[in-house]
Amino acid sequence: MTGLSAVPDGLTTMAKALNAGLRRTLEEDPKVVIMGEDVGKLGGVFRITDGLQKDFGEARVFDTPLAEAGIIGTAVGLAIRGYRPVCEIQFDGFVFPGFDQIVNQVGRMHNRSAGAVKLPITIRIPYGGGIGAIEHHSESPEAYFTHSPGLKVVTCATPSDAYWMIRQAVADDDPVIFFEPKRRYWSKGEVAAQPGPLYRARTVRPGRDLTVLAYGPMVGVALEVAEVAADEGRDLEVIDLRSLAPLDTDAVIESVRRTGHLVIVHEAQRTNGLGAEIAARVQEAAFYSLEAPLLRVTGYDTPYPPSRLEEEWLPNVDRILDAVDRSLAY
Amino acid sequence: MTEHVRAVQPEPDMVQLLTPEGERVERADYPLDITDEQIGQLYRDLVLVRRIDSEAVALQRQGELGLWASLLGQEAAQVGAGRALRSHDMCFPTYREHGVAWCRQVDPLTLLGLFRGTSVGGFDPYTHNFNMYTVIIGAQTLHAAGYAMGVVRDGAVGTGDPDRDTAVLAFFGDGASSQGDVNESFVWAAAENLPIVYVCQNNQWAISAPVATQSRVPLYQRSAGFGFPGLRIDGNDVLASLAVTRRALDDARSGQGPTLIEAFTYRMGPHTSSDDPTRYRLGSDVETWKLRDPIARVRAYLSRSAGFDAEFFAAIDEESEQLAVHVRAGCRALPDPSPESLFDHVFVELPEDLRRQRAEFADFVASVAS
Repeated sequence: MTGLSAVPDGLTTMAKALNAGLRRTLEEDPKVVIMGEDVGKLGGVFRITDGLQKDFGEARVFDTPLAEAGIIGTAVGLAIRGYRPVCEIQFDGFVFPGFDQIVNQVGRMHNRSAGAVKLPITIRIPYGGGIGAIEHHSESPEAYFTHSPGLKVVTCATPSDAYWMIRQAVADDDPVIFFEPKRRYWSKGEVAAQPGPLYRARTVRPGRDLTVLAYGPMVGVALEVAEVAADEGRDLEVIDLRSLAPLDTDAVIESVRRTGHLVIVHEAQRTNGLGAEIAARVQEAAFYSLEAPLLRVTGYDTPYPPSRLEEEWLPNVDRILDAVDRSLAY
Repeated sequence: MTEHVRAVQPEPDMVQLLTPEGERVERADYPLDITDEQIGQLYRDLVLVRRIDSEAVALQRQGELGLWASLLGQEAAQVGAGRALRSHDMCFPTYREHGVAWCRQVDPLTLLGLFRGTSVGGFDPYTHNFNMYTVIIGAQTLHAAGYAMGVVRDGAVGTGDPDRDTAVLAFFGDGASSQGDVNESFVWAAAENLPIVYVCQNNQWAISAPVATQSRVPLYQRSAGFGFPGLRIDGNDVLASLAVTRRALDDARSGQGPTLIEAFTYRMGPHTSSDDPTRYRLGSDVETWKLRDPIARVRAYLSRSAGFDAEFFAAIDEESEQLAVHVRAGCRALPDPSPESLFDHVFVELPEDLRRQRAEFADFVASVAS
């Protein structure tokens, strides 16, 4: 195994963990290519691909013309030719010009070919708000993709998951949309020595009184909520969903059977968001365990606001605590 | 009605190697090294492809197909381009390239399955180096560009080894020329000097919209703005299509980059079996184009100038009858997919939640059956 870079040691930012994970995929599989806007010399606007072009060359890590449909559509062709493309979409709101290629081609070609064609494409999308950006730079478009067949959709909440999940996503023979919570890029953590399963939720804080389900950027907020609630004598369980499609609701259903209370948190707008599907599945499976209606704390059904208002728009500790109170008081 | 007049005016510099009357035209820039026997084989392709098409039209009318997109009138553009390919070149069609599919040895019944509703594509593109039909207009041109990027990265361009150097052939139509995907594909092809040949079959109509709706310049001129050559051929001339596509593919394989070929032709039938062209175009246009028929001119050449006798044509007619039997009987015998196959190939490995849906569906089907 000489020539393979090691798992990052010590405290690592999510950005560096992603970079290390991508580096490892390039080392392991000569068919992996990284493509997108500014991913080459610049290393990406968030520096996730920093140094990769220098070390792996312009044939494997390359800047594309500035057109998202073209990035995804050419990735499809590269995959048909036997490559394993990793596409970077620079910001969440920029994915929509490539949406047709993702939904109509990436998600369906394996099916259309009766299994003959595999499209092991990973589409990385920095997503979510909280960074004071202008319009189209703070969106949470995950539900469009989880609603579309043939796509796997995952999101990481920690540097450790960032490192392992990007490696697992790239190695997957199915297309994976990989959402990166951009406001957590600079948060630090230790990277585990071994990965967990990619398409499983994880209980990140055990508790007895109420379950909070979150993913991506909201996992950290949910853990803060649990700390505050603990001071008030309430023992919250926090689950990191991790895999949005396939949707792994086993852990949350098992949890709600114990706690009887569920608050679902996501940044994305509420209506027809992931929370709606999760709530439907939980009530189907755990109806008689429920002590209160399932509550959602989400972005509002408005366009993402100007950044001076985003702290009000985004789910925060106070709004989630309010939902916790309402659920427990029901 | 001026659009109609303009739409059927060929460009003066259009490449034509066989006139509608069946006269060979020699062009120094597109020399065609071809024997009369080989032209006879192209004639056979044209006749058989048209027969597949007319049988499919009839099957649709008989209720055996949900829909059919006829290629009537476009046989020469497709057969010429299809026969210009080498077996290891890759081809990306729209949903009307039945003639190219024929050249790539795809069984016509495979195509019928898509239109009968027994599959959503259903063949292995690697077996024929012919990708699946693409219904979203223009999407395949980006796949072709990406594939060509892979060819470049594999070092399969410009080596001088004919068994290694590979080109990619991408089809689209006059309507698709307005799509962003096609224009983005041009950007990629030019920026990366990709080994790709675009064949735009300008059949004058995007359903009911004449080509003037898409462009105020001839479509072949579009490539100039992107930085690669484009030219127009008589799309009803199989020899022009063969010679020009062959040269463009050679250029691509040898590392000279992309070419756009506009095959100037005419959609003689409706857009699909669901369309009614009498609502938007003149019957006299169709009559004009009948005089430019792609098959009649080859037959005229073979019988008048190459001395092919009635026996040759009778043998092809007989083969055509046999093919028609295969198409008719084969279409009716195409099996309906099994209900359980709904969940096949959604993913390489079916995730747990879909396995549960499949079990739920199987239980329901069983409960209804019992």
